[in-house]
Amino acid sequence: MLSVNLAIIIPFLAAVIIPLLYTKVSRNHIGWFVLIVPVVLFVALARYIPSVAQGATYLSTMTWIPSYDIHFNTYLDGLSLIFGLLITGIGSLVVIYSIYYLSSEESLNHFYIYLLLFMGAMLGVVFSDNLMVFYVFWELTSISSFLLIAFWYHRKRSRYGAKKALLTTVTGGIAMLTSFIMIYVMTGTMSIREIIADIDPNHMLFVPAMLLLLVGAFTKSAQFPFHIWLPDAMEAPTPVSAYLHSATMVKAGIYLVARFTPVFGSHETWFWLVSSVGIITLFWGSFNAVRQTDLKALLAYSTISQLGLVMSLFGIGSAALSMGAGKETVIYTQATFAALFHLVNHSTFKGALFMVIGIVNHGAGTRDIRRLGGLMSLMPISFTIALIGSFSMAGLPPFNGFLSKEMFFEAVVSVSQTGIFSLHISKVLFPAVAWIASVFTFIYCMIIVFKTFLGPYQPEKLDHEAHEAPLGMLISPIILAILVVGIFFFPNVLGDYLLRPAMASILPSLQLEGMVKPISAWHGFNTALLMTIGVIVIGTLLYLSIRRWKGIYSLLPEKWTLDNLYNNSLIQIEKISNRLTSFYMTGHLRSYSIYIFLFFIAAVGGTLLLTGAYSFDFAGDAAISVYEVVLVLIMIAAGLAIPMAKSRVNAILLNGALGYSMALFFVVFRAPDLALTQLVVETVSTALFLLCFYYLPEWKKENAPRRTKRNNLIISIAVGAIFVLVALAVRGGKLFETISGYFENAYELAGGKNIVNTILGDFRAFDTMLEVIVLFIGGLGVYTLIKLKATKEEQKLEDQ
Amino acid sequence: MKINDVILQTVTKIVVFIILTMAVYLFVSGHNSPGGGFIGGLVLASALVLLFLAFDTETIMKRIPLDFKMVAAVGAFITVATGAASLFLDIPFLSHAYSYVNLPVFGKTGLATVTIFELGVALGVVGVVVTIILSISEDV
Repeated sequence: MLSVNLAIIIPFLAAVIIPLLYTKVSRNHIGWFVLIVPVVLFVALARYIPSVAQGATYLSTMTWIPSYDIHFNTYLDGLSLIFGLLITGIGSLVVIYSIYYLSSEESLNHFYIYLLLFMGAMLGVVFSDNLMVFYVFWELTSISSFLLIAFWYHRKRSRYGAKKALLTTVTGGIAMLTSFIMIYVMTGTMSIREIIADIDPNHMLFVPAMLLLLVGAFTKSAQFPFHIWLPDAMEAPTPVSAYLHSATMVKAGIYLVARFTPVFGSHETWFWLVSSVGIITLFWGSFNAVRQTDLKALLAYSTISQLGLVMSLFGIGSAALSMGAGKETVIYTQATFAALFHLVNHSTFKGALFMVIGIVNHGAGTRDIRRLGGLMSLMPISFTIALIGSFSMAGLPPFNGFLSKEMFFEAVVSVSQTGIFSLHISKVLFPAVAWIASVFTFIYCMIIVFKTFLGPYQPEKLDHEAHEAPLGMLISPIILAILVVGIFFFPNVLGDYLLRPAMASILPSLQLEGMVKPISAWHGFNTALLMTIGVIVIGTLLYLSIRRWKGIYSLLPEKWTLDNLYNNSLIQIEKISNRLTSFYMTGHLRSYSIYIFLFFIAAVGGTLLLTGAYSFDFAGDAAISVYEVVLVLIMIAAGLAIPMAKSRVNAILLNGALGYSMALFFVVFRAPDLALTQLVVETVSTALFLLCFYYLPEWKKENAPRRTKRNNLIISIAVGAIFVLVALAVRGGKLFETISGYFENAYELAGGKNIVNTILGDFRAFDTMLEVIVLFIGGLGVYTLIKLKATKEEQKLEDQ
Repeated sequence: MKINDVILQTVTKIVVFIILTMAVYLFVSGHNSPGGGFIGGLVLASALVLLFLAFDTETIMKRIPLDFKMVAAVGAFITVATGAASLFLDIPFLSHAYSYVNLPVFGKTGLATVTIFELGVALGVVGVVVTIILSISEDV
C-alpha cells in the first residue's frame, strides 16, 4: 500500500509540476490533471479502511532533524483516517466543481497550486505524529488559506479577509507552538503517542499548555470569540469556501482537540472550556446566521455554529476519560461518537450547500436573498440538493443530520442529569442553549431553501435570466446529497468502519466494547425526539413571523461588535508600532551606527569583562619591524585626518588610504588571500562611492551640540579600545578546545594546500553558504528598494 | 553630460581582458594557492564595473544581456544545492569530496566538489555586486 509519508508529499510534488504543465496543456484541462491527485490518494487511503477497522495502526518513521527530536513520523489510525478521507474525498469533488466554476480567464495555475499546497499541508496535519512537524503543516494550512482567500487579490474585501484569517489563525498557531514546547518540557518527547503515555496532569505547566493549545484549536475552528475571521474568509472563490472553510481546514482545530483529548481530557478545565465554548459558538453562530442577507455569509455563520456543536460534543465526551469504565460513561463515549458522526455529516451537507450557493450565484448572478426567489422551477436540481442539505442541517429525517442532531440532544440532556464535575448551573443551561441554538439553525435552514427557491421570481432584480448550471457543476453536490441520504439509511456502515476505530484514538484508555450503541433512526419517544419536534414547531412559527422580531439584531450597537474590536486594535497596534519605530529609526546613518556600536560595546566588552579574558602576554611575540611601524603611522595619520577632512573627496581618499595600508599589512604578514580580497573590496567600494558621490548632498561642517560630539567621541574610543583588548586577549585565554588542528591537517582532510580556502569552502562551508544567501538577499533588497517603487497607478489599484 | 573619455575607454578595452584572465586564474587556483570563489567573483565584478564606468550601462547591457539578479540567484542555488547533494548519499550536509585525475594537458589535477561550491559563491558575488551597482547607477 501507498506509504502515508508519500501521500503527504505527493500533493506538494504535483504543485511543483503544475507550472511546468500549465504552458503545455490547454487552460481548461489543467483541473483534470489536478483531479488525479486527490482521487488516487482517496483510493489509497480507502484501502486502509478494512485493516484500521480491525484496530490496526500504521506508524512510519523518517528522520529529519534527529538532534532536536524532530522526525517526519506519520501515524495512521482511525481518527486520522477519517480526516484523511474527508480531505481527499471532498478535495476530489471540489476539484471537479472548480473545473466548471472558475472561468479559464482566471490564473488557474495559482489556484491549483495553492489548493494542492493546502491538501498536502492538511494531510500533513492529520497524519503527523511529531509535534513540530504538525506545527509546520498547521501553519502551512493557514498560509495556503491566506493565498486562496486572496485569490481575487484586486478586491479590497478579499485582501481584508485574507489578512484577518491569517492574523487570527497564526496567532492561535503561535499559542499552540508555545503549548507544544511546554509539552516537550513536561514529557521530553515530541511524539504525540508517547506524550499520551508520559503526561503528568499534576505538572505545573499542564494547565497553561492546555489553555494555549485550546487557543490554537479555537482560532483555527472559528470558535467564539475568534470566529470573526470566517465570514470574511468567504471572499474566497466558492470551491475554496466549500473545501477549506467548511469541510476541512476549519476542522483542523477540532482534530487538534480530538487528538489531544487523551492528553488533557481527564482534566476538569478541558471539559468545561471545550464544551461551553462549543455551546456558546453554536448559539452565537446560528443566532447571527439568521440576520445575514448574503447566502455565503449565512453559510459561514452556520459553519461556525456547526463547528461549535461538534466541539461541544468532544468536550462532553472527554469526561469519559475521568469516569473510567462504567454504566454512566456510556453517555460520554456516545457524545464522542456523535461528534465524529456529525463531523462527517457536516462535511457532506455543508459541502453540498456551498456548492449549490455557488451554482445559484453562477446561474442568477447574485447571492443576496433579497434579490433571489422563485428559482425552483428554473433550477430544479439545485433546489433538490439545497433542500436535502438544509433539511439535514436542520436535523430533519430522513437525512443524516437528523441522526447526529438527535445524538447531540441526547448527550446534552444526559449530561445535565448526571453529576460530573459538579454540574449545577449547566443542568438547565446546556440543554436550553443547545435547544435555542437549534431553533435558530432551523430558521436559517428554511431561509436558505425558501427565500432562494420559493416565493416570487424577481427577474427585474437580477442581472441576467437565471438558469440551471451545467451538468459538470452539479456532479459534486449530487454525490454529496446522495451521501446525505445514504448515511441516514445505512449509518452503521460508517459507524463500524470509520467512527469506531477513531474512538479508540480519542479514548484510548477505555475498553470500548459495548460502550457505543449502534446508530438507529428510531429510538422511541424520548427527550431528544421531543426536543426535535419542539424545534420544528417553534422554528416554523418564528420563521413565519421573522419580520416581527428582527429588531433584536439592532440591539447590539455596531461599536460593540468583535469585528469592530478587531479593526480598532489593528489600527491601534499599527499606530503604536509606528510611534515606537519612528522613535529610533531616525533616518540618519549616524544614529544607526551608534546603535550598532553601542551593542558591540555592550556585547563584546561585556563578554570580555564577564569571562575575565583580558590577560596579556607579550613574551612570545615577534619583534616589530620597520615596515609595520611605518604602516601603523600611516594608518593612524589617515584615521585622524578623516574627521578633519575639508571635502568629501579627501575623506574618501583617506578612507582608501586606510584600506590599502591594511592590505599592505596582510602582505607583510604573508596572507596573500586576505591582501587580495582587501584590495579588490577596496577598489569596488571606491567605485561605488564614485557612483553615489555625484548625488550626495553638499559636504557641511557638522554643527552638533557639544554633548553629542562628546558622546560620539566616547563611543568611538570605546569601540577602538575594545578591539585592541580583544586582539590582545585572543592569545591569552583558551575557553574551549582549539580547532586549529583541522586547519593544520587541511591537506589531508580537505585536499587543499590553501588553508584559507579550505576553511571557507570546506570546514566552515556552512557559514559561507549562508553568507552567499545573505549577500543575495541584500542584493535583492537594494534592487527592490530602488527599482520597484510603486507607481501612482499601482497605488490606485491598492486602494480599490 | 558628455565627457570625452577616449583614454579610459581604450585602456579599459585592453585591461578588462587582463582582469578577466586574472579572475579566472584566481578562481581556478583557489584550492592550493591564493584565490578562490569570493576573490575570483569580486575581480570579475570589478572588471564589469570598469566596463560600466568607461562606457555607459546601456551599451554594455546590450552586449552582455545577462540578468544579474538571475546570476546571483543561480549562485545562491548552486551553493545550497552542492551542500544538499551530499544528503542523497547519506553523508552530512555540505560534505565535499576530492580526488586526483591525470588529465591529458594539465597532468595530475585535483578535482574537488568544492570547486562547484566556489562557483556558486563566485556567481553569487558577481550577481549581487553588479545588481547593486546597476540599480544605484540607473536610479538617478
